[in-house]
Amino acid sequence: MKEYILKRLVMLVVVLFGVSVITFVLVRAAPGDPAVHLAGEHATAEVLERIREKYHLNDPIYVQYLIWIQMALQGDLGRSIESHEFVTTEILDRLPTTLELSLVAIIIASIFGVIAGIISAVRQYSAVDYSVMFGALFGVSMPVFWLGLMLLFIFGVKLGLFPIGGRLTAGVYLEKITGMYVLDSIITLNGEAFIDSVKHLVLPSIALATIPMATIARMTRSSMLEILRQDYIRTERAKGLSERVVVFKHAIKNALIPIVTVIGMNIGLLMGGAVLTETIFALPGLGKYIADAILAYDYPVIQGFTLFFATAFVVINLMTDIIYVYIDPRIRYG
Amino acid sequence: MKTKVKAIAAIVILAALLAGCIGQKPDKEVKPVIFIFGSSGDAVRLDPADVTDGESLQRMDNIHEGLVRYKGSTTQIEACLAEDWTVSTDKLTITFNLRQGVQFHHGYGEMTADDVVFSFERQYNADHWYHANGEWAYWGYMFSDIDYVEKLGTYEVAIHLKRPNASIMTSLAMFTVSIVSEQAAQDYGEDYFANPVGTGPFEFVEWVRDDHITLKAFDDYWEGRAQIDELIFKVIPDPSARLMALQTEEVHGIEHVDPQHIEIIKNDPKLQLISQAGMNVGYVALNCGEGYEDANGNGKWDEGEEAGPLPGAFEPFQDIRVRRAIAHAINKPAIVRNLYQGAASVAVQGMPPSLFGYNTAIAGYEYDPERAKQLLADAGYPDGFDVTFWHMPVSRPYFPVPTEIAEAIQADLAAVGITATLFTEDWGTYLQDTEAGKHNMAMLGWTGDNGDPDNFLNVLYSQDKATVGTAGNIGFKKNPEFQELCDKALATYDQAERASLYKEANAVLVDQCSHVFIAHSDQNLGFLATVHGYLIHPTSRKFFYPVWVEEEEEGGEGLGTLLVSILVFGGIALYAKRK
Repeated sequence: MKEYILKRLVMLVVVLFGVSVITFVLVRAAPGDPAVHLAGEHATAEVLERIREKYHLNDPIYVQYLIWIQMALQGDLGRSIESHEFVTTEILDRLPTTLELSLVAIIIASIFGVIAGIISAVRQYSAVDYSVMFGALFGVSMPVFWLGLMLLFIFGVKLGLFPIGGRLTAGVYLEKITGMYVLDSIITLNGEAFIDSVKHLVLPSIALATIPMATIARMTRSSMLEILRQDYIRTERAKGLSERVVVFKHAIKNALIPIVTVIGMNIGLLMGGAVLTETIFALPGLGKYIADAILAYDYPVIQGFTLFFATAFVVINLMTDIIYVYIDPRIRYG
Repeated sequence: MKTKVKAIAAIVILAALLAGCIGQKPDKEVKPVIFIFGSSGDAVRLDPADVTDGESLQRMDNIHEGLVRYKGSTTQIEACLAEDWTVSTDKLTITFNLRQGVQFHHGYGEMTADDVVFSFERQYNADHWYHANGEWAYWGYMFSDIDYVEKLGTYEVAIHLKRPNASIMTSLAMFTVSIVSEQAAQDYGEDYFANPVGTGPFEFVEWVRDDHITLKAFDDYWEGRAQIDELIFKVIPDPSARLMALQTEEVHGIEHVDPQHIEIIKNDPKLQLISQAGMNVGYVALNCGEGYEDANGNGKWDEGEEAGPLPGAFEPFQDIRVRRAIAHAINKPAIVRNLYQGAASVAVQGMPPSLFGYNTAIAGYEYDPERAKQLLADAGYPDGFDVTFWHMPVSRPYFPVPTEIAEAIQADLAAVGITATLFTEDWGTYLQDTEAGKHNMAMLGWTGDNGDPDNFLNVLYSQDKATVGTAGNIGFKKNPEFQELCDKALATYDQAERASLYKEANAVLVDQCSHVFIAHSDQNLGFLATVHGYLIHPTSRKFFYPVWVEEEEEGGEGLGTLLVSILVFGGIALYAKRK
């Protein structure tokens, strides 16, 4: 096991090197000039030249890469061309927002997705099954921005239940510790901020959870159906175990493996969904940040962000693989 | 058992939280007036000399001030940090007497001539210690006529010009030359942009990126403290979400109202719409193929500087009848009605009506396809021709939906026999390529900088700006008569005389028809009906100093809080019970 993890860690370095080179080249191969974007539509040629000089945009690409990777290895991803702020600071500032949103969304999606999937599988071909699967289909096909706006319109404007956007109402004070406001308000025992931040989180996390919830429900259903047809389940039923014990104690454990994979993959997909969700719900998260950076040709940000997330993904993948060992004793890494 | 303990612990913590929440309710005390403005994006940086985007400006314009400022909602100039000024007889030196006793925010002390010199010099002097910290993109083309700025006394500075330039006074009201604290710049160095210190009505408090920027009323403001205690700029990128935030009174005002939402705001008694014709113009430039290379670098088209043939020069456009035919063929009123949703006015000349020098006698080229066909036939193109039509890849205030507008123009041209092929590319490249004259005809526009006619006419349509590769005039038409009028106006400090020169220049420009003017789009702001005193400004800059808010009824904690509480408590209770 130790050897396996070590091997994977070596692979991680290779993967990250590849990612850094590919991003670096791709970003520069795309048409567009950060200097033009930075200096505005009618900047003089002199100004443009000065900016290109300042950010080494005139150097050969390998020189630019060496300058960048040398700094990156020391943990310095450089400063954003657009905002002049350190890329690392900017990512860390926005990470808690996205993390909080994604975590809540994936929890909602997993709980309701798995429950819906199990019910659907146990009552296969019943009205419940059909309506859950129809709902799942509907959920997968729903555009997130449309859903987000509808949620806002119904629960925000018409019913006045939840705020329209942002993370905290102006005037509500909260000491920031982790940057995840719900967590911070619990740590500091700040009731007002707790209620307020939860209220701000409800609609965006529902909007973000819909698609993964639907995928998880479908995956759970098919995985459960397969398991429920296995011989050992029939034996258990024959032994006279109650259906509840059969399903929740014995079937679900084996059905869980593909579901965990799907949930793991969805954490990645959530980042994509987060761009729209963050835009509509006015959340200062990473999704919107990277989208803006790409539109502004902000090279250091795009590179730094990609590297940061490639690392995160590889690590999450590794962790998922390790978790398998605990869920399924048959899996061994040698 | 263990889970039960955990559940009980959780309930206790939550109960404590909620109790805290209810207990914290303050007694009736004087509540600070908080004004929240829903912006479409975050500021980029907060150094006034180093950014040009509207989002950064709307924050900075309430923190910093310049020597002069605009009077109310006009583009005329009045005193601000300078009390008065005199122009030397050779028109090359303007001497300013500074207002005494003006304080910088955060205890940075009194504003003096040193701060003024610093704010200018750091931009033009490459050897200045602060110069490397910014790009100073605006200095090059708005202030290059300034030679240097000189301190004459603690409260006296002189601006020396390279050549007489009457528009420089209007330019001095621009954000680029706002006065920043030299001491603060020394303290913060390259991070000044995140810690701005000015003399304006509001001082900087907090910036949570992509979320909000908080300013508070500056107690020692020289004109008296603002009526708003706290001014918060909250980022709400989606236009529909912005409207909803206004409807639910989460914000007091919003910018960039979507044209589709105008009626909703107008019909809601709780809301108000404030609009004005924006200081912008959207046009289609017809590449006549006459550019020059400024070999001696004097910014003028001198004898013998003609460039070779432009890559996109389109021969038929050299015939004035063809250019006029295109102007007649495009149905501008229909475009304004359908694609700007009425939130614009048809443009008939090269600058918006809010500027002095606008020529009301010009009727422009009315929509007349028959006349267009006739003109084409007269020019020898009875069956039209094929042309490539460049359209912008991004939305700008002057062209909110560029692709749709381009398609409408394409259809109009087809109706008179001209086959236009649409072409676009990424925005940065688009700007570079049009400046190099690679287009046959191209959409582009302009939002004014300082409210001076020179900033439209000279920058966009003069032959001196037809420099291949860096052209402002992408119609590439040599027009000595127009150039002469612009030059004359710039050397005239008398406003009435300048106005009449610009009126004449506008007439010449429209007659030559190197550009077909489409529209001036409106700027629309939405506010709660309880907000008073806001003065909309033609430059789209936003000044919140005069704003005050009517006292409003305190709302209850709301159903949402109740719902969240029930959900949280119910969930935990259920969990505990099952265990």
